[in-house]
Amino acid sequence: MATTTVLADGLLSGEDRAGLLRYLLMMRLVEERGNNLYKQGKIPGSFYDGRGQEAIGVGATWALAGADALCSPLIRDLGAHLVRGTDLADVFRHYMGRENGLSHGREGNVHIGDRNLGVVGMVSMLPDMMVVAVGLAMAFKMRAEERCALTFFGDGATSRGDWHEAMNWAALDNLPVIFILENNNLAYSTPTSRQFAVNPVARAAGYGIEALTVDGNDVEAVFAAVHGARQRALAGEGPTLIEAQTMRMHGHGAHDDASYVPKDLLEHWAGRDPIDRYAKVAAEAGVDVEAVRAEVLAEIDGAVELALQAPMPDPATATTGVFCEGEPEPLGQGPSRWSGFASRPAEPVSA
Amino acid sequence: MATLTYLEAISDGLREMLRDDERVFVMGEDVGAFGGAFKVTAGMVEEFGPERVRDTPIAESGIVGTAVGAAVAGLRPVCEMQFADFVACGFDQIVNVAGKMHYRLGLAVPIVVRLPSGGGFGGGPFHSQNPESWFMQAPGLKVVAPATPEDAKGALIAAIQDPNPVIYLEHKNLYRRIKGEVPEGIYETPWKARVAREGSDLTVVAYGQMVHTALAAAEQIDASIEVVDLRSLVPLDEEAILASVAKTSKALVLDEANQTCAAGAQVAALIADRGFEDLDGPVRRLATPDVPIPFSPPLEAAVLPGVEQVKEACLELLDY
Repeated sequence: MATTTVLADGLLSGEDRAGLLRYLLMMRLVEERGNNLYKQGKIPGSFYDGRGQEAIGVGATWALAGADALCSPLIRDLGAHLVRGTDLADVFRHYMGRENGLSHGREGNVHIGDRNLGVVGMVSMLPDMMVVAVGLAMAFKMRAEERCALTFFGDGATSRGDWHEAMNWAALDNLPVIFILENNNLAYSTPTSRQFAVNPVARAAGYGIEALTVDGNDVEAVFAAVHGARQRALAGEGPTLIEAQTMRMHGHGAHDDASYVPKDLLEHWAGRDPIDRYAKVAAEAGVDVEAVRAEVLAEIDGAVELALQAPMPDPATATTGVFCEGEPEPLGQGPSRWSGFASRPAEPVSA
Repeated sequence: MATLTYLEAISDGLREMLRDDERVFVMGEDVGAFGGAFKVTAGMVEEFGPERVRDTPIAESGIVGTAVGAAVAGLRPVCEMQFADFVACGFDQIVNVAGKMHYRLGLAVPIVVRLPSGGGFGGGPFHSQNPESWFMQAPGLKVVAPATPEDAKGALIAAIQDPNPVIYLEHKNLYRRIKGEVPEGIYETPWKARVAREGSDLTVVAYGQMVHTALAAAEQIDASIEVVDLRSLVPLDEEAILASVAKTSKALVLDEANQTCAAGAQVAALIADRGFEDLDGPVRRLATPDVPIPFSPPLEAAVLPGVEQVKEACLELLDY
């Protein structure tokens, strides 16, 4: 399939590029550390990472304003949480099942969602949250707010009914919602050839949804596509589906050796690693890549140390919090990372 | 106080909340110009407009899921399932997304899902079901099933004002059959049982339509029958149930739902567990056998508990 090339030239400053590189590296290095902690028995359950897919969560979230709802980054999208400002020590505490501010040990792996930062955490049935994102967008439109909702899902998720209900509903009501399809070629072990007869981008058009494909391993291409989709959403032009083509470079989780994946496919994608590629771009833009790496590693060291000192949750809390008592805490807002927001804070960017 | 039907009382509660709280909106299939399959929302699109009385696609998962999103964004959606049976299509959004959200991530999901439920009018296998126990077994959901017009209004208002997902069961066979005095304005029915009829010889525990079946049976028995109307199934008012059994020493538990793991099974287990010392006979249950609800009137009457069966069960237990 032809990939639409979307140029981010002129949109991104040097600071943006340094920031994008920082969060790409942070996701990669956090997950490498997490894998080690898992092997050391310090993380229960299994460990899930998004190696090779870092550019999608990072690039997409970079294009969002803090008031936009980040609805359910997937287990391959830790970078989205990091860009949004999720506390690094809390990420490790959460991984380890220790007392933490995100889930208090009730959730694990990348089922993260800091409501104070405007993030709605994922559930394991991926297309469910597409519908929830449509509902967020519906509320924003009902209140005439200049905000959008963005949601992620995988290629396998497009087989289920909620995908259809979300696409149909979003198009019907012309809602400010951005759908990010992470096509990483695999739903656990099942290739897309056994998942659908018609590509989701073609299907999206059938619903009346603007759809495009980008190189999901190019962080600036992802940013630019989401930036454009956000402009459309805020201009009242409705939903956009962005297929980010990528590859899952590890197994579904640490328990999966992914021996079913053809070696040449992995080799092909290894040559397109989003971080190696962007390190070159950033270096050319004057970013000291090794300095950023050292800084991020130091942050991770500090976060892991804090996490290892954290207590396990009090077993007495296992049966609390099922119901909300009193007034619900509202969904908060995250930072607006993209430098373009600083100069044009309150208005939608004109096309 | 006005005298309203059960259905009019539901409409009244909904209308009061739409007027009072701009965060409240209604959505469902045919709820707009048509006023809903049972006319609960009749006249509302004219008063509140199509943004707040929203006709949706035929997509129950979409209805519940978008309500979750809107609730997280700060609104108070009231979803109408056209028939309770159809909620099976939205089940995942209720039990996996809405019900677990606060426990997992501290995010409240104040939605109401209205379920026109129950049989007794030839609705057949897809328009007669009582699915309340599906939701009782799923953590994080409140489940309410009012029996009177006053409670139908007050429980709906309480459900809309509650910060949690609430499954609101409205029995279709009560819609136009049951009338009663309904207070004006906004009031909340507590999540507590009420004694619908005082008695001292035997307790009948019921909810929804079965409360009326129990009351009719009690009138025909020469003994002092107490009828406890549960009103809320989650939370379940355990103390009220136990207090009544302590008084009467005998308990018959009614369900219109299929018998296995029904609400009444939970009530019977509670009494066996915590009320054993007060009992002067076995805890008896009467429920619909585990069959789909058949269409033909004699078949339907053969499976739904009726006044005669309740009377027989009471007499047998009184004789024990």
